[in-house]
Amino acid sequence: MLLDNEELKAQAREIIARYPQGKARSALLPMLHLVQAEDGYVSGEGIAFCAEMLGLTKAEVAAVSTFYTMYKRKPTGDFLVSVCTNTMCDVMGGQLVYDVLSEYLEVGHDETTADGKITLEHAECLAACDFAPVMTVNYEFYDKVEPDQAIATVRALQDGQLPQPSRGARLCTLKQISKQLAGWSEDRKDALADTGIGEATLAGLRLAEKHGVAAPVGDVELNTPIRVEKK
Amino acid sequence: MTSPRPEVLAKLTPVLTKRWLSPDAWRIDTYEQLDGYQALRKALKSDPDDLIAFMKDSGHRGRGGAGFPVGMKWAFIPQNDGKPHYLVVNADEGEPGTCKDLPLMMNDPHALIEGMIIATWAIRSNKAFVYIRGEAIHAARRLRNAVEEAYAKGYLGKNILGSGHDLDIVIHSGAGAYICGEETALLDSLEGYRGQPRLRPPFPATHGVYGCPTVINNVGSIASVPHIVLNGGAWWKSLGSENSAGTMIYSLSGRVQNPGQYECGMGITLRELIELAGGMLPGHNLKFWTPGGSSTPMLTADHLDVPLDFDGVAKAGSILGTTATMLFSDRDCPVYATYRWLMFYTHESCGKCTPCREGNYWMTQTYRRILSGKGTHADLDTLLDTCDNLLGRSFCGLGDGATSSVTSSLQYFKQDYLDYIEGHRRPLLNEADLVGAH
Repeated sequence: MLLDNEELKAQAREIIARYPQGKARSALLPMLHLVQAEDGYVSGEGIAFCAEMLGLTKAEVAAVSTFYTMYKRKPTGDFLVSVCTNTMCDVMGGQLVYDVLSEYLEVGHDETTADGKITLEHAECLAACDFAPVMTVNYEFYDKVEPDQAIATVRALQDGQLPQPSRGARLCTLKQISKQLAGWSEDRKDALADTGIGEATLAGLRLAEKHGVAAPVGDVELNTPIRVEKK
Repeated sequence: MTSPRPEVLAKLTPVLTKRWLSPDAWRIDTYEQLDGYQALRKALKSDPDDLIAFMKDSGHRGRGGAGFPVGMKWAFIPQNDGKPHYLVVNADEGEPGTCKDLPLMMNDPHALIEGMIIATWAIRSNKAFVYIRGEAIHAARRLRNAVEEAYAKGYLGKNILGSGHDLDIVIHSGAGAYICGEETALLDSLEGYRGQPRLRPPFPATHGVYGCPTVINNVGSIASVPHIVLNGGAWWKSLGSENSAGTMIYSLSGRVQNPGQYECGMGITLRELIELAGGMLPGHNLKFWTPGGSSTPMLTADHLDVPLDFDGVAKAGSILGTTATMLFSDRDCPVYATYRWLMFYTHESCGKCTPCREGNYWMTQTYRRILSGKGTHADLDTLLDTCDNLLGRSFCGLGDGATSSVTSSLQYFKQDYLDYIEGHRRPLLNEADLVGAH
């Protein structure tokens, strides 16, 4: 029982303490991530846990958890594979990537493979359109992904390997990611240093660097306070 | 590939993006070596009211899509009202096409934190939140680390740099809902509810999070602040165009040689941006594009010389939005693109307002029918009629945004619709007859 888990209750109280006194309900979203980190999805017990900790009804908690797509309603694999099929990624080949993965894994949207390892979903815009089409595994980016690369990536996951993302940290499980979403910081220092840069990120900068273009600099005295004449 | 002309290259103006070239800029030591936390020192010596007036004079406008003047937003916060004030940073980037805030938070998170400290000093706030999109996990990871580093160095917490200013920052991850990028839905979500928009007035400036005065600013709006403080408001103005001060990160995606982030002074044109991006892909001719995400009416090859600033794009009948320039070619179908965006709006409509919830659902069905080759001429009237019933009839802008691509694609590319309806083009979808869609 989650409610018998004293460590988890202490963590829930830690979340509540981040918000102003009397505003404990703000802790609900992170707390739902926390119970997902325990169970791999937002279980009935997880809902009861949040309700009890925040003095809400289970219906109030369920109304919130079912609103947001990242809270999963049934057991989810260690690896959540999301393929963007919004317009840009779709046009650039994302739908094809999703289709071949669906066929290869023999699962549809929001379904998990028979071995319980991989959950597939099609996602809406993942804010990486300059790298279209993109796929994420546990929300780490695999940029400009081709169908055969996508299959190679999930095959590696099935074989117990952790293929390095193009941008984002080395992979961990979805439960570990959920703990970070609940507000806990990354404890793998090397993962923090894994790159957040791709060529498209730097496209304009590389061009500016190559041709010696820089922004002008303003002429401001650092130690003088800002003063503005009252109008 | 020919190199861009010198006069076009000169329009590149890396300010917000410049530290991305330093792979360790997300670490506080590197950030400090690159002018980091210098603007904060200057700001904390200044009177908060002077700081607000300074931001007003700089002409700095919001980078989240609406372009509201930042200094004016700060000035709306009532002072000496006895209530706590809050700063909430909207980091829920998810507008299709938009991809500028994630790289900023991943690669230069301290710029956002420094901007937040300055902004809270100006509006007299001691508690700030970053509502960051859940999926943006690497950005959140770096941001959380940056907050810890800033506490350790005395930039956050009590009596920051001896100024008497206290500030705590909470990084709050969302959970997958585009609507939470709408500022009042964001506030509801932050308070632990379903992310559904609130009726305005009252506005967040007086009744925001927990019913208290709240400034909600986009990541780029706040991350620009240290640069403006360091270099001056006149400098910021000089980088942009009239009524559009400063630089913008133009995010090019789609059918160009080198998609990516190009930070330029506001007012650059798409023709110039395409030149910077190495031209269109071979065999692709520009057909339609969005100036600032899927919620901004699409434009065409006739609009290549429109200045991409607030006034220029408005004059061309669209919205500057988030400068997410998605480029599509004559090999892409504007009807299908619109359909796919509508599926998105249907999925992301929070369901609170009937016109948005039902209208998007209904239009998606109509598009399916047209793309299945079973549409009728009357379907086009139905679409426009539905848009009329959607636009301006909901609590927030999500439904308005959904109509943008429908009305603009019908305006510029009606023939593409007719080709499906009249059987001149092979159907893209294979759908059974829709019951009820007249």
